[in-house]
Amino acid sequence: MWRRFRRDRSGVLSAYVVAFFFTVAIAAPLISKFYGKSPTTTYGLNEQGLLNEYGYPVAPNGGVSGRFWFGIEPTLGRDVLTQLVFGIRTSLLIAVAATVLCVLTGVVVGVTAGYLGGRTDYFLGRFIDLLLAFPSQLSFIAFTPVVYSLFVSPEKETPTYLRVLTLILVLWVLGWMGLARLLRGQVLSLREREFIEAAKVTGASPWRIITKELLPNLWTPILVQSTLMLPSFVTIEAGLSFIGVGILEPTPDWGRMFANGAQYYESDITYIFFPGLAMIIFVVAFNLLGDSVRDAFDPRTKR
Amino acid sequence: MSDKVSLPAPREAAPDGARGEPLLVAEGLTKHFPITGGFPVKRRIGAVQAVDGLDLTVRAGESFGLVGESGCGKSTTGRLLTRLLEPTAGRIVYRGRDITHAGRRELAPFRAEIQMIFQDPYASLNPRHTVGKIVSGPMEINGIDPPGGREARVRELLETVGLSPEHYNRFPHEFSGGQRQRIGVARALALEPKLIVADEPVSALDVSIQAQVVNLLRDVQRELGIAFVFIAHDLAVVRHFSQRVAVMYLGKIVEVGDRDDIYRRPRHPYTHALLSAVPEAADLMDTPAGGDGSARASRERIRLAGDVPSPIRPPSGCRFRTRCWKAREECATEEPPLLRAEGSGPGHLSACHFPEPPTVERTTEVILDPALRAAEGHTESQPPNHAQ
Repeated sequence: MWRRFRRDRSGVLSAYVVAFFFTVAIAAPLISKFYGKSPTTTYGLNEQGLLNEYGYPVAPNGGVSGRFWFGIEPTLGRDVLTQLVFGIRTSLLIAVAATVLCVLTGVVVGVTAGYLGGRTDYFLGRFIDLLLAFPSQLSFIAFTPVVYSLFVSPEKETPTYLRVLTLILVLWVLGWMGLARLLRGQVLSLREREFIEAAKVTGASPWRIITKELLPNLWTPILVQSTLMLPSFVTIEAGLSFIGVGILEPTPDWGRMFANGAQYYESDITYIFFPGLAMIIFVVAFNLLGDSVRDAFDPRTKR
Repeated sequence: MSDKVSLPAPREAAPDGARGEPLLVAEGLTKHFPITGGFPVKRRIGAVQAVDGLDLTVRAGESFGLVGESGCGKSTTGRLLTRLLEPTAGRIVYRGRDITHAGRRELAPFRAEIQMIFQDPYASLNPRHTVGKIVSGPMEINGIDPPGGREARVRELLETVGLSPEHYNRFPHEFSGGQRQRIGVARALALEPKLIVADEPVSALDVSIQAQVVNLLRDVQRELGIAFVFIAHDLAVVRHFSQRVAVMYLGKIVEVGDRDDIYRRPRHPYTHALLSAVPEAADLMDTPAGGDGSARASRERIRLAGDVPSPIRPPSGCRFRTRCWKAREECATEEPPLLRAEGSGPGHLSACHFPEPPTVERTTEVILDPALRAAEGHTESQPPNHAQ
């Protein structure tokens, strides 16, 4: 399988790109240290001549210079590069954690429902229906503050780590059903195939049948779903931060950079350009990677 | 013509001592699939009586054929014997042990001894596993470590079934239907079973490939002394393969006996009808009407009226009575037991109140299709060679 993957050029390239993003996210403090800027320092306010009287960068292209590589933020004048690097860190952490949890839950619930069938399937199915009935965007907005107040009394400031945890929790609880539904259907059709019976005739345990016979046939939907899930979680998280129930200032956040950038794009396109470009590259690379891994898992695809 | 086509007398499959010993015995085996319906509360409104009170004995090393039209419960029987399905009633005894309701752990010691070959070679191999993994899987599950390692054993098995050992790392989709079925055979042989239930192993294959696979199975059966339950709807294939044959109709065995008894001196009207429905080579050839008029006249083709009754509500008494030309009142009230009819050979049992007289001997042969016959001639002329 590994050999098959390595033969796929676009797959290997996108793997490098995705790996680069994760490295950047992990190494964000190091990058900021070597680059010599902090994501929270308001350079524009601290120094004269960086921002004009309207709060826009004085230098052309949003203040891109040898000192501020990706320019500076309008109004506050923070460094865009370090903001982006730390923002990627926050957003990826939330999205990856939520995706991993959703995929695990989806696989466990979907395969259980499909394999056991009968009453288990019926009750799990109704539970999935119940959760699917919530309009997700609205529920995110409605539930996130509720969950916050469960942990911290409304008067106090919510610590950032708790906000991150809450976001992961909310995204997880309302995000796994699609995959579970999909896998249940797949398992239902696979379960009746003769190779499952062949395994049973040789005395295979249900655990072995699920892990060795069923799961290899489920990688395709799992990978396709999760590669769609991760970028969508990044955008949902961005949306929540934009509304104000997600990650708040001054913690840098990839999603909120778009929200802010959208206010200024008419006068300062550079501010939204770099986060946007990074997001496009990341999403495309991630989806291509998912495709390649799926193909590598499927022996039938032609190479 | 018919002399050439007729098969040689059945040879002993295993040493004499082994032959008589019953390996697997089923008594009153029954499987009813419930039908549920109703709203809002579902309840049982009936049952498909797929298999209803079936008695059979498979002896060690013998090949036991199970024939019948589609929907008569052949495959269900196969799945009951391998315990893929839970019997509704009855008993399955394997080598003196009751395994009717044995759980997975209790079955474990027998799992290696009863294996199965499946009908559809496209669905019976996991598309994500290599041939090596498919064939070595049973050994892995049962913790069998053959001397020289599992991989060597798998390569050996691939050779036994007529594949190349180099196919080890290939995937099922790279093979043709016949080759896939060979992989299925290799997987069944991996555990060195004593009994293989073959559920229509060739009906999904091309005619020419059928002959090859049937011959492979026959060689395996003869040389390794494995008992077979060979389920098929093709009478010619069963005749070619099995020493004893049972005929099923609507979930019951209507006649069972040695191959020659069934094919030459059948007693049950249904067996007669079934045999008369086999196409004859003369019919297939486009000869002018005058030429073989006498041959045609000698063949009385029995045309059965109507359809097979629904297994949800089978007829009372004899299940065949609705289509039987000999049916009388008694047939509707009393179910005929599976007994040796007067004048039948030993071990030849039929379930009929009014069996055909034993003097009626079928002279027309069950014609093998030409490819099977050609393969037959080939294997007869030279000793079966596994390495091929």
